[in-house]
Amino acid sequence: MKIVKRLLSLGLLLAFVPTPALASSLVVDLSSNQIEITTNFTGTNLLLFGAIDRKGDVVVVVRGPLRPEVVRRKERVAGIWINRVAVTFEAVPGYNFVASSRPLDQIASEETLRRLQIGSERLHLQPVDPANKALASTFRKGLIDLKKRKALYSGKPGKVLIRSEKLFRADLKFPSNVPTGSYTAEIYHFSDGKAVSVSRTKLSVQKAGVEAAIYNYAHDHSAIYGIVAILIALFAGWLGGVVFRKA
Amino acid sequence: MDLYFPIAEMSINVLLLLALGGGVGILSGMFGVGGGFLMTPLLIFIGVPPAVAVGTEANQVVAASVSGALAHWRRGNVDFKMGFILLIGGFFGSTFGVWIFTKLRALGYIDIVISLCFVTFLGIVGGLMVAEGARSWLRSRSSKPVSTKKLHQHTWLHGLPFKMRFRRSKLYISALLPLSIGVFVGILSAIMGVGGGFIMVPAMIYLLGMPTSVVVGTSLFQIIFVTANVTFLQSVNNQTVDVLLALVLVISSVIGAQFGTAFGSKLKSEQLRALLGILVLAVGCKVGFDLIVTPAHLFSFAVTGGH
Repeated sequence: MKIVKRLLSLGLLLAFVPTPALASSLVVDLSSNQIEITTNFTGTNLLLFGAIDRKGDVVVVVRGPLRPEVVRRKERVAGIWINRVAVTFEAVPGYNFVASSRPLDQIASEETLRRLQIGSERLHLQPVDPANKALASTFRKGLIDLKKRKALYSGKPGKVLIRSEKLFRADLKFPSNVPTGSYTAEIYHFSDGKAVSVSRTKLSVQKAGVEAAIYNYAHDHSAIYGIVAILIALFAGWLGGVVFRKA
Repeated sequence: MDLYFPIAEMSINVLLLLALGGGVGILSGMFGVGGGFLMTPLLIFIGVPPAVAVGTEANQVVAASVSGALAHWRRGNVDFKMGFILLIGGFFGSTFGVWIFTKLRALGYIDIVISLCFVTFLGIVGGLMVAEGARSWLRSRSSKPVSTKKLHQHTWLHGLPFKMRFRRSKLYISALLPLSIGVFVGILSAIMGVGGGFIMVPAMIYLLGMPTSVVVGTSLFQIIFVTANVTFLQSVNNQTVDVLLALVLVISSVIGAQFGTAFGSKLKSEQLRALLGILVLAVGCKVGFDLIVTPAHLFSFAVTGGH
């Protein structure tokens, strides 16, 4: 019933938010701002919905968490494939999802899309070491292709459905391997090839329950974690021996 | 039914894991091996990151060797003095091994080194087992008398200093021998996530000349401590020990091992040994094949700078 509540609050927002004179008004909300990864997590969908005040297109980009990533390429050495060359990129989104009401090239010019980093191929990924430009561009492409194959980056954009030129909704898909961290959802309202309005919403993906407890303990108290892991194993081994000796 | 494993950071079908753990458990019960040398590559095959497979397996082997070592201890089949010397070596070896592991991981070479170690050792051990099985099968057909050897030959190894008496093993040898075997197996244990019994046992028989009755118990005794050390150091340095994954594997392999022990006593050991050898070779070949075949993805990525 969370969604109903949210829809109600959206209705209230629509009623009371004053409209700026020039920019269009864009109202957006998410079915939830938090994704919890629990033991039976196999991916999830969030519902994004909102309203625009005039005819146009809507593009949704969900991006996060931004971290430096090292990209390695395997090369054949003495018959064996080994990681040889590595390029590190600054602030790579672990996840990049795009949805649009029409194909992107019909909504805005390539230049605009590139400036706003809409579409996985248009992400501004900068190598930490700017010396090897040529290498960086191959590795950038390799990284984006790989992330697409792992369903972490959108290839073809998902659907944004617009009802009666006002209300819109989109399903945001998060696969089971979605990285934990903080995300930003950017919602663009395009009219005649221009972004007339943009709205940003934060959301987070976190491990929860037992998963979170184990993961956090492993990282924050790694020595105690190691000792507990050993004790569990010692106990399990002893128990196994005792139980089955009687049988 | 899928479960999400917090350190492996992936969901894996639990039934598949139970089948793998149970299967390896049956084999370990049948042959008295720890099973780490099969389980780690199998985990890698189903997509667990190799570093996590190694850390988690070390944890599982602790459990597997405890129940085995207890059983041997009750029958008086553990040479504690020898075990202690081996484990001093194993302690240093595994500590050094985890240090190498951490360095190689930062450089992006750990996956390839793990695979190369498995190809090498699975190949050697599997090959020897198959050869041994074939030889004894031929021998039983021709029914020639088995040539009797001396308990152990004296070589230059027996001229080394720091001699010690090991009463339970009826040996008077240099402590440097078990110490260096311990170091070597300890390094492998850290890098491959195995107990190392498959190398330790032949080394004890052929290099040290220990009586076979105490070999397995003593090996298991020191494996508990060496794999515990690996579990601890992998947890501290790399956070690659998934206790949840280890627990699922422990439960299934302990149960499997009980069936394995029952099967094992009913079947002919030479044929079994040859069969296990073929299986070990097959896993080794698969690891090797994956190294040679052109990978689907040439690129890989990793988040740097930790969490």
